Amino acid sequence: MAPCHAARCTYAEFNVMKKYDAIVIGAGHNGLTNGAYLAKAGLDVLVVERNAYIGGATVSRELYPDWKYSNCSYVCSLLRPEITRDLELPRHGLQVVPYGGGVTYMENGDHFANYNEHDRQLREISRLSVRDANAYERYEADVMKQTRLIRPFLMRTPPDPTSLKPRDLKELAVLAKAFTEMGETGLADTLRFWTMSIGDYLDEYFETDVLKAHLGGSGIIGTALGVYSPGTAYVLLHHYMGDVDGTVGAWGFARGGMGAVSGALAAAFQGYGGEIRCDANVDQIIVKNGRATGVALKDGTELYADNIVSNLDPKRTFLDIMDAGDLPADVVRKAENFKIRGSSGKLNIALDGLPTFHGMDPKSPLMMGDMHFSDSLERMERAYDDWKDDTWSKDPYLDMLIPSQIDPTMAPPGKHMMTVFVQYAPPKVNGRDWTSEDRDAFGKTVIDSIAKYSPDFKDLILHAEVRTPQDIENEVGLTEGNIFMGELTFDQLLFNRPFPGYAQYRGPVKGMYMCSSGSHPGGGVMAAPGANAAREILMDLKLTNTVPGGYADD
Amino acid sequence: MTDYDVIVVGGGHNGLVCSAYLAKSGRRVLVLEANDVPGGAASTREFSPGYSVSGCANWLYQLNPDVVKDLGLRLDYAAHDLDTIGLSPDGKHLTISGDVVTSDHLSAEDKAAFGPFQAKMVKFARLLNTAFKRRPPKLVENNIHDRMTLLKLGIDMKLLGKEDMQELLRLALINMYDVMQETFDDELLKSVLALEGVMGSHMGPRSPNTVFGYIYRRLGEVYGFHGPAQVKGGMGVVGTALASAATASGVEVRTGARVASINLKADSAQGVTLTDGTTLTATTVVSNADPKTTFEKLVGFRNIEAGTTRRVSNIRMKGNAAKLHLALDALPDFTGLSGDQLGQRLVIAPSMKYLENAFNHAKYGEFSQAPAMEISIPTVNDPDLAPSGKHVLSATIQFAPYELKAGWNDNKKLFEQICIDVLARYAPDIRSLITVSELLTPADLEAQYNMYGGHWHHGEISLDQIMMMRPFPGATQYATPVDNLYLCGAGAHPGGGVMGLAGRNAAREIIQRGKTA
Repeated sequence: MAPCHAARCTYAEFNVMKKYDAIVIGAGHNGLTNGAYLAKAGLDVLVVERNAYIGGATVSRELYPDWKYSNCSYVCSLLRPEITRDLELPRHGLQVVPYGGGVTYMENGDHFANYNEHDRQLREISRLSVRDANAYERYEADVMKQTRLIRPFLMRTPPDPTSLKPRDLKELAVLAKAFTEMGETGLADTLRFWTMSIGDYLDEYFETDVLKAHLGGSGIIGTALGVYSPGTAYVLLHHYMGDVDGTVGAWGFARGGMGAVSGALAAAFQGYGGEIRCDANVDQIIVKNGRATGVALKDGTELYADNIVSNLDPKRTFLDIMDAGDLPADVVRKAENFKIRGSSGKLNIALDGLPTFHGMDPKSPLMMGDMHFSDSLERMERAYDDWKDDTWSKDPYLDMLIPSQIDPTMAPPGKHMMTVFVQYAPPKVNGRDWTSEDRDAFGKTVIDSIAKYSPDFKDLILHAEVRTPQDIENEVGLTEGNIFMGELTFDQLLFNRPFPGYAQYRGPVKGMYMCSSGSHPGGGVMAAPGANAAREILMDLKLTNTVPGGYADD
Repeated sequence: MTDYDVIVVGGGHNGLVCSAYLAKSGRRVLVLEANDVPGGAASTREFSPGYSVSGCANWLYQLNPDVVKDLGLRLDYAAHDLDTIGLSPDGKHLTISGDVVTSDHLSAEDKAAFGPFQAKMVKFARLLNTAFKRRPPKLVENNIHDRMTLLKLGIDMKLLGKEDMQELLRLALINMYDVMQETFDDELLKSVLALEGVMGSHMGPRSPNTVFGYIYRRLGEVYGFHGPAQVKGGMGVVGTALASAATASGVEVRTGARVASINLKADSAQGVTLTDGTTLTATTVVSNADPKTTFEKLVGFRNIEAGTTRRVSNIRMKGNAAKLHLALDALPDFTGLSGDQLGQRLVIAPSMKYLENAFNHAKYGEFSQAPAMEISIPTVNDPDLAPSGKHVLSATIQFAPYELKAGWNDNKKLFEQICIDVLARYAPDIRSLITVSELLTPADLEAQYNMYGGHWHHGEISLDQIMMMRPFPGATQYATPVDNLYLCGAGAHPGGGVMGLAGRNAAREIIQRGKTA
């Protein structure tokens, strides 16, 4: 089931003189969400997509006959429950099944297990260190406190701290209230958490290397920073603040692969009367007299609307599809300085059967969780050093899963699909483009890393798709292959995202908006940027808001 | 009646400043310094008979002018407003003189961009100064005095103007590497500036927080320094001058007196005991020592509650800077530098990649294979530091970790040679001129100056350890969880560097509390 069929892309019969109320550029998950909420409010909305299929990085693709790859994003957690319920995504086919646990294989032949069951987990940690088992309870509670603080702000537009407008002052007051309620010590802990490195943070709780390595991975996924770089504790938070069915911090598989998410969003959008057009590559946003009035496609077609919403990343939006003459000079400069360096690669592998791993019972629940092969923070930090040196990590950090064990739609019976997410891989190798030799060597590095722990893995490989940041950019349009559409460092978060002064989804040109992960709250399959942007657009159009507010956690 | 009203543990510059202000308020004050001379890390070290260098910091560049005025401090400078010269391996060096930069390599754009960049950083430093001159507000604020501070800070921020305020909010947390890439083209210029963001810390140019470190050092410009100043006689003279000012205010300064413990009674400080067994009592004890030394060694973790113990233990203060001291038979010949230029601040940091690679090692408990350096040849401006015609060289080396995995005992000489090799690349004749050389690792600096970890800021000035979080919540306004025990050193707000503000602010806090008591 290719995503495009579910989305009913339209092709030639276009009445090009028709004017839409809104055109959304990019059928990634945020663009579809944005379109859905605008359409729900009664607007006539068109989403244009460059590729032949929708979804952007939220796709399932059959790149090898009979296998389905979630070839970019691969697990689901951050998708806002408010949006899932409100757009009735389960009715449109979305089913997210939580997976549990995981394992980090160790060089000495042991492995560290991460179980869902709390007591079992404590016993596992105690095996290595009783002190750490005790500290783990404190760690979980402390991190949970941070996630609960931040969750309500995901579905809110950031305030502008330099503004004196009542709305911004009010929102700043909301922020301030949330902080002051924590008390001095609580607030200090929060500020420390947001500015520390995950390595230092974990060092404060634990002594066991492999435990720290297992937990620390979430601090560097998709990030051009190392475990000891300040700010990575926040990245960990970014990966803990989702939920599956109300369990905060849980991750799951979307049945049918991540394409099910964009497929459901597209179905919801079309259910409200929205239109999707694929193979429509936007060349330029048309700006007349300081107003956005439409888009011009590369094939010469022009489509018109009073509201143009870009779901492309900020660099692409302002430096590629907009003319510098139409923009204030500071926006061009800020877009040039926007940091969006890719740091991740991916392998998607079709397997002839389930591989076995040293010391692991094939029937263990750990097989169905996330698997890692870096057993110390030092190894992970050295992997980052390679990225700084403009090359891929020789000893990369891997986040590997075999979702076909839970979701049989990903592979034929008895066969399996493996997804391997890799840190680190640079956007360019030694300043030049990736060559196919580079890609092959990178793929080999990753496969060899896994094969060290599995005697039959290599023999089971039927097909491997190797994706570098360059491939991610070429295929999905994510500039420099950064999966979050912009680094998640505080100079580019909240009221700084994508740049100060433009963090409220409105672009620098009247009628032009931004709804991508390049806006608050940032990347990951959240749908929050798309929804928040819709709220702002509807406010500007003085239409009734259709976008839900954030749920309060119990 | 107690022996004194206030006992100050440690005669470092902040302790001396604090004691002077307290004595001026009418209190009977005693300063106890373990070493034989006051000044702490502001010291002159005769590392070989007749050859002296500044033992820790080479220059003065951010001594607060209010402190100078209030204490009537008079310092004799051998040179001031020194240039910074970034050494290039090809001999075409870069010179920064105030807010002007020159070199053969520089593009016109870079030259034009430098002044405005520095001006912007100094503008932000001015804002920082507003925060530094006062005690930091608490994170959750109930006190009118602190609310005024927050209000003033808020207003000053808004007065920056929208553009600059947005820029500050963006820059506060960002790293020097990215800002340098945005602003300049020349690799050497970028790297020389990036070095300032990482001096003394466990960070590389790509580490977030380093722009804050850079802005911190621009306080010098706010205080009227247009480049480092060299004190005649070495930095130890700052210590003795402050000690004289303190004595003139009525303080009793005792050197060679090492405190073994700060004594508590019912969670309240009431005095100290020296290593020779003498016990002295006071109503108030102020510690100029770093927070770890204070709470772990002097108060004793047994005597404070577990939460405070944990927070103190978590303060990151592992030093990364080593000192290299050389006694030289003659003035070395640095390729491309004139004799006059040899007296300026010389920097070896040819590129940001070089600097980042040097830092990588420190993360793994290794020393840099190609370290970065900040070099002073003080005898050019102050010949009395060595015998006639001879010279000394004092360099701060980054990065040398406090704990070397392979052990410093076996590897100190090796690292010393690596440092000299790096120097020799720029001054080919230097080896032949060295008569005595010594390398002080952070562990040596710790032993010398009683600074935990050999960290001259007494704790990283990273964003999670500054202002309302320095050194830890519950102790951010100089008072500590132990009644009548205060902190007045670099480990308290605002941090280190020979500034004097921590000492002054601590004294004010004590005086203020005395009024309301």
